[in-house]
Amino acid sequence: MAAHLKKRVYEEFSKVVQIPHEEAPAKKLRLSKPSKSAALHVDLCKATNSTDALQYLLQFARKPVEAESVEGVIRILLEHYYKENDNSVRLKIASLLGLLSKTRGFSPDCIFDDAINTLSNENSHQVLAQLLGTLLVIGTQLPESPAVRLRLTEVACKHLSDTHFGVRNKCLQLLGGLGVADAPLLKDGEGSSSSSGAVREVQTIISDYFADQDPRVRTAALKAMLQLHERGMKIHQIIYEQACRLLSDDYEQVRSAAVQMVWVLSQLYPESIVPIPSSNEEIRLVDDAFGKISHMVSDGSWTVRVQAAKTLGSMLQVSPHFLEQTLDKKLMSDLRRKRTAHERAKELFASGEFSSGRKWADDAPKEKLDTNTVSLIASGACGAFVHGLEDEMFEVRIAAVEALCQLACSSPSFAEKCLDFLVDMFNDEIEEVRLQSIHVLREISTHITLREDQLDTVLAVLEDSSRDIREALHELLCYTNVSTKECIQLALLELLKNLNKYPTDRNSVWKCLKFLGSRHPTLVLPLVPELLSTHPYFDTPEPDMDDPAYIAVLVLVFNAAKSCPTMPALFSDHTFRHYAYLRDSLSHLVPPLRLPGRKQVYSLDSVDSDAGSGSVESAQLFLQQSLHRVSTIQNLETPGGQDLLDFTIRDLQRLGELQTELAGAADFCATYLRCQLLLMKALQEKLWNTAVPLCLKQNVTATAAAQQIVEETYKLEFLYSGLENRQVATIHHVRLQAKALQLILTARTRQGLDPLVSSEKFLQEVESFQRQFLPELPHLQDSFAEKLLELMPRLSSCKPVELVKILQATLRQSGVPQLRLPERIHRATATIIEPTGESDNPLRFTTGLVLALDIDATLEHVQNPQNTVKVQVLYPDGQSHVIHPKPADFRNPGPDRHRLITQVYLSHSAWTEPSQIEVRLLLAYSSASSSPSKSMTGWSDSFDGPPPPEPAVEGTIPFSKAVKVYIMPKPARR
Amino acid sequence: MSLCVDLLSACVFLQGAGQDVGRSCILVSIGGKNIMLDCGMHMGYNDDRRFPDFSYVTQNGRLTDFLDCVIISHFHLDHCGALPYMSEMVGYDGPIYMTHPTKAICPILLEDFRKITVDKKGETNFFTSQMIKDCMKKVVPLNLHQTVQVDDELEIKAYYAGHVLGAAMVYIKVGSESVVYTGDYNMTPDRHLGAAWIDKCRPDILISESTYATTIRDSKRCRERDFLKKVHESIERGGKVLIPVFALGRAQELCILLETFWERMNLKAPIYFSTGMTEKANHYYKLFITWTNQKIRKTFVQRNMFEFKHIKAFDRSYADNPGPMVVFATPGMLHAGQSLQIFKKWAGNEKNMVIMPGYCVQGTIGHKILNGQRKLEMEGRATLDVKLQVEYMSFSAHADAKGIMQLIRMAEPRNMLLVHGEAAKMEFLKGKIEQEFSIDCYMPANGETVTVKTNPSVPVDMSVNLLKREMALGGPLPDPKKPRSMHGTLIMKESSLKLVSSEQALKELGLNEHQLRFTCRVPLQDPHSDSETLHRIYTHLKSLLKGYTIQHLPDGTVMVESIVIKVSSSAEDANAKILLLSWSYQDEDLGSFLSSVLKKGLPKM
Repeated sequence: MAAHLKKRVYEEFSKVVQIPHEEAPAKKLRLSKPSKSAALHVDLCKATNSTDALQYLLQFARKPVEAESVEGVIRILLEHYYKENDNSVRLKIASLLGLLSKTRGFSPDCIFDDAINTLSNENSHQVLAQLLGTLLVIGTQLPESPAVRLRLTEVACKHLSDTHFGVRNKCLQLLGGLGVADAPLLKDGEGSSSSSGAVREVQTIISDYFADQDPRVRTAALKAMLQLHERGMKIHQIIYEQACRLLSDDYEQVRSAAVQMVWVLSQLYPESIVPIPSSNEEIRLVDDAFGKISHMVSDGSWTVRVQAAKTLGSMLQVSPHFLEQTLDKKLMSDLRRKRTAHERAKELFASGEFSSGRKWADDAPKEKLDTNTVSLIASGACGAFVHGLEDEMFEVRIAAVEALCQLACSSPSFAEKCLDFLVDMFNDEIEEVRLQSIHVLREISTHITLREDQLDTVLAVLEDSSRDIREALHELLCYTNVSTKECIQLALLELLKNLNKYPTDRNSVWKCLKFLGSRHPTLVLPLVPELLSTHPYFDTPEPDMDDPAYIAVLVLVFNAAKSCPTMPALFSDHTFRHYAYLRDSLSHLVPPLRLPGRKQVYSLDSVDSDAGSGSVESAQLFLQQSLHRVSTIQNLETPGGQDLLDFTIRDLQRLGELQTELAGAADFCATYLRCQLLLMKALQEKLWNTAVPLCLKQNVTATAAAQQIVEETYKLEFLYSGLENRQVATIHHVRLQAKALQLILTARTRQGLDPLVSSEKFLQEVESFQRQFLPELPHLQDSFAEKLLELMPRLSSCKPVELVKILQATLRQSGVPQLRLPERIHRATATIIEPTGESDNPLRFTTGLVLALDIDATLEHVQNPQNTVKVQVLYPDGQSHVIHPKPADFRNPGPDRHRLITQVYLSHSAWTEPSQIEVRLLLAYSSASSSPSKSMTGWSDSFDGPPPPEPAVEGTIPFSKAVKVYIMPKPARR
Repeated sequence: MSLCVDLLSACVFLQGAGQDVGRSCILVSIGGKNIMLDCGMHMGYNDDRRFPDFSYVTQNGRLTDFLDCVIISHFHLDHCGALPYMSEMVGYDGPIYMTHPTKAICPILLEDFRKITVDKKGETNFFTSQMIKDCMKKVVPLNLHQTVQVDDELEIKAYYAGHVLGAAMVYIKVGSESVVYTGDYNMTPDRHLGAAWIDKCRPDILISESTYATTIRDSKRCRERDFLKKVHESIERGGKVLIPVFALGRAQELCILLETFWERMNLKAPIYFSTGMTEKANHYYKLFITWTNQKIRKTFVQRNMFEFKHIKAFDRSYADNPGPMVVFATPGMLHAGQSLQIFKKWAGNEKNMVIMPGYCVQGTIGHKILNGQRKLEMEGRATLDVKLQVEYMSFSAHADAKGIMQLIRMAEPRNMLLVHGEAAKMEFLKGKIEQEFSIDCYMPANGETVTVKTNPSVPVDMSVNLLKREMALGGPLPDPKKPRSMHGTLIMKESSLKLVSSEQALKELGLNEHQLRFTCRVPLQDPHSDSETLHRIYTHLKSLLKGYTIQHLPDGTVMVESIVIKVSSSAEDANAKILLLSWSYQDEDLGSFLSSVLKKGLPKM
């Protein structure tokens, strides 16, 4: 009987979970409350011993509970809690209470008092700790209420003296998470004195536990204090001294938390003055903290070192004097002062001598040091970064490099000083560190000018076999300032060497030289005759135009010539010819020049270059005007509307080509207008609303148009970045129109789906549109959606046939919502650099094995490419594969720019002759990711959770040109 | 109270390494245990002085009886060279502790050393191959951070020391006393090893090497970069590079450095390593991956860094090959062997280069060319023109002054002892240590003994009866945080300490108990009769001493606890009373208090 009952109970329960999406959930939901708790009750009563009970609870915990039945369940659990003797069961119940009170839609205020009551007669420390943890959960779930907070604070304080560390830990967490000091209290308390008293109390109570004997409690106390800070409470400065003492704790987690604490205080009270112990001097708190944290960079535990190094980077208020000490390391040998290699290099540079120490004892110590002045234990910030950069663990080194970057960005003089150290990091044994330091140098390169010897070291890395490192370095050179013409020559030489060694770097090297040239025109000028190997008297042979090295030199020279008008005079005849050729073939690398003999070119180019910002403005104006013109179209039946749209679309497309800054916006508008145009065309002829058999053909085009509009709207929504909610609403609106059109068409043909189902679906979509874009509705005045929403009460009750009629009328009469452009709008683009698709040699591979195809592409304005960008391979037989590149294959060389370098594995059965496959990049989208309704489904993670209400539309948009690759799978040899 | 001095102090006796770089051999007696730390030889001598004088240690007894264990920190001969001599020729059968890599590599070096001395120099009375093997059988391997119980009281634990593969610092603990011996260590990581690390073990003595006591070195990155740049430039010019090295230690680091550089820069020029024992040793480097640095540990699954792709074995004939190449050759100071032969061949070409990665002893060719000599006199009156470039790069793996200070900060010792360094340099560091950490620092010379007072807690067994009695005496339950005084008798028998009640002690020792009583006469002016005076005393004390049992006995005495008070009046003056107080030794406190109270007189009525 009992088994039968149990089975029944479960049956009911399992039904309940499925119910919410069926039609009338209300009645059955009521059933669920007794069923869920009843099942539990039955189980718990049945349990003969604690192990069984524990098992039941564990099973129970795996299933979700609806908000309505939570309270009942909790009551039963509590009831059982008082009866239970076994600690582990009580522990589980306590943890379940916490879990249950997190249920969405359930407010735990009704069980708050019960939960507190359980604490009073609990003996087991573990259970007590768990209960306090549960209280913390309940407390965070409850709305801010001073009474509750106060109560919890009291409870926590009461149990703080417990002998078990776990209980103390939880109490401190409770105090940290919920300790009273919030704004409501300040308002409610009559005098601010009482509430501020409470504030101080919490902090002093917590700080008392900084000296607890258990390191875990000390950590918890520090963390609680940090949490108070996060919650906006102002931490008192008195804590500083205590926190500093904890920096020398025996346990690493305490030290790590203390580092954070000291950092927080240094940010709160940067300017207050603290005394230096053992002397009468006083320094700023932020400097003192900086010194102390610097000290932690040579801590025994590497996690603390990482923490300290990271923290240093964010202490920007520190005085420059202290900051510079972090790079200081006095060298000595046999008590005599020695100069560092950096200093020697600098001196050599200053004295004009190039070669460096080829003698023994070149670094021989010079002056004798006074033993008293040598400080071995670096007091304060001395040499913190020197240590950090030499650390054993690469995590610490990376953290130190990042910190250097942050500090250098805010202080140019420091940037100058840390240059040598960063350059040294280019030699690190771990590639990540090398890469990071190159990136960092790039970021701070606006502040610095590289010396020749430094440049020399930097350039040595150009021969690195890692492509990432080389490209990062090219990127760095683009931004670098150098001081002399020798530097330019050196850089060019090394880059050419690089080009020679790694021909694939061609584009990157050229780009690098472009920037190098345009940055240093005056330094390039004296080099020109040598670079172009011209001679005052003799004609020199004309260099080969296809030589990448020669092109590289020309790119450098032409870019320098752009801002150096005297330079073209030095060119020889063929240089001008080559210029014209390169200007055409590599227009992105070669700037327009004012060349004496080239009037035409000059005048044509001037349109592009001279107009400058003015043309952008005028283009913007033009864009606005076109949009305005379009907005005169009242509704889709306005006469002449089609032509206007046609022209405008053409104008916009041309505008996008001319003005790259506005390409995204123009493109976006054009696509939007095309949607309107399609819609108009589909609705235009009266043909299709006559009898069905007569206009089947018309119907086909309309259906195709509707489908195309839907696709275009997805493109509009996901291909462009920088959209605001308003534009998204407009796009959705168009989609809604297209869907309405589809509905009408299906209703007319009476084919496929049941009209009832599809009309229901449509109404759902309208509703979700309303939900999602409620704040945007005022902008959509007089539009289809607005009219539809007005008619909504009628629509939801009427028959499908009627609905279709209404829709038809509304669709035809509604106006076009005006498109307002956001500030910046960019179209995601992708260019496949490799494979180039020019090769005539097929890639041969044996059938059944795989061919790895290298793909190198640049992506622009793609958000989160790791998840969205895919590679599609299209075989000649129509088969297509979509490949997900690894997240690590995406590099991020600049803002809004990504680089995909990956390998795609191909395989196919044997072909008789080589053929071409197509490779392109796809942008995957999913409507679920954009709609906020997703987060509403509370237990959706669990296995039997309901599916989300509207199935997400997923798809892909091709956004790069397809590249053809010639391949040839050979039959396997036997 | 003065217990046995041996117990309370850790003594360090130096055989070698005191204020001297050379043979390391330190004797530590701690908590009654004698431990020998390292057993090195001096490379500079060829007579008896090269080994430590073991007879001095034992005073003609057997070494095994005297020493509890021997610990070897790493495989360099100045730390382990005398081991077979000590264990096999002098005679020692106790345990010898060393780490696994040390145990693996040490016999290779010892064998090599033996070959040179016996086979090449023709010495007799030297240890044999068999002796090395026998000696190695006595070795107990250690793992990092593994606590090894040598016997019931003595435990040792090894920490990572950097320096060379398998180098360890040892933490030695007996009871609550402890010593840390660092051996040679390095606080900055290099291309193949990590940095030394120790936890906050707060030893009584930290024995640290101090080779670079007065040096603070530049970052190793500059040195590495310079080295690589020089090699690279020379190779690009088409020159040959000779790097004389000693077979183990730095050689591996430089190999890794060049190997990775070649890999990174995609260079093609060959690198050769003159063969010999290196290959065997390299094998162990491949094996003991856990002892290497983070990079090698992390990447060995894909590829073991010690499996060199670009570095090949050298053959004599390769030296005449055209084109650029890099050759590592032994020995490191260019005084003999392959490195010298290659040097002679290449010296004439200014495109070539020789890089000296370490220190060169005076008199060697290495030293001469480093000092800029361009014409060398070879044997047979031939002269050699040195046209090739000579470079010097320091790649030493000892902690510099800052590193030593850093280690002290990590370990927080109570006393500091500097060894393995030059006296003058140590003096400077000693001053610094005393100033920065305010701890005592010693720098003993060879043959000197340093005794450091420690403050150990001595565990004592307490008899249950006594404990119960003390508990019964009341007061709150014992608080582990608060000390509490008690009465008892400490018995030291054999090596055990016992705290018992005095009765039991008397019984155990078969002694009679003697009572010791103090009596005291206090003159008092009181006009009343004797009995009344007594009563007044009784009431006075009663009001004064609350919580004590005070009795007025019928036989004319007042008893306060066990103190007896009597009154007698003198014959002449009836008012002048004499109070007689008598108390036992145990009640001394109360008795003297009472006498002082009564001396003040009784309160007026």
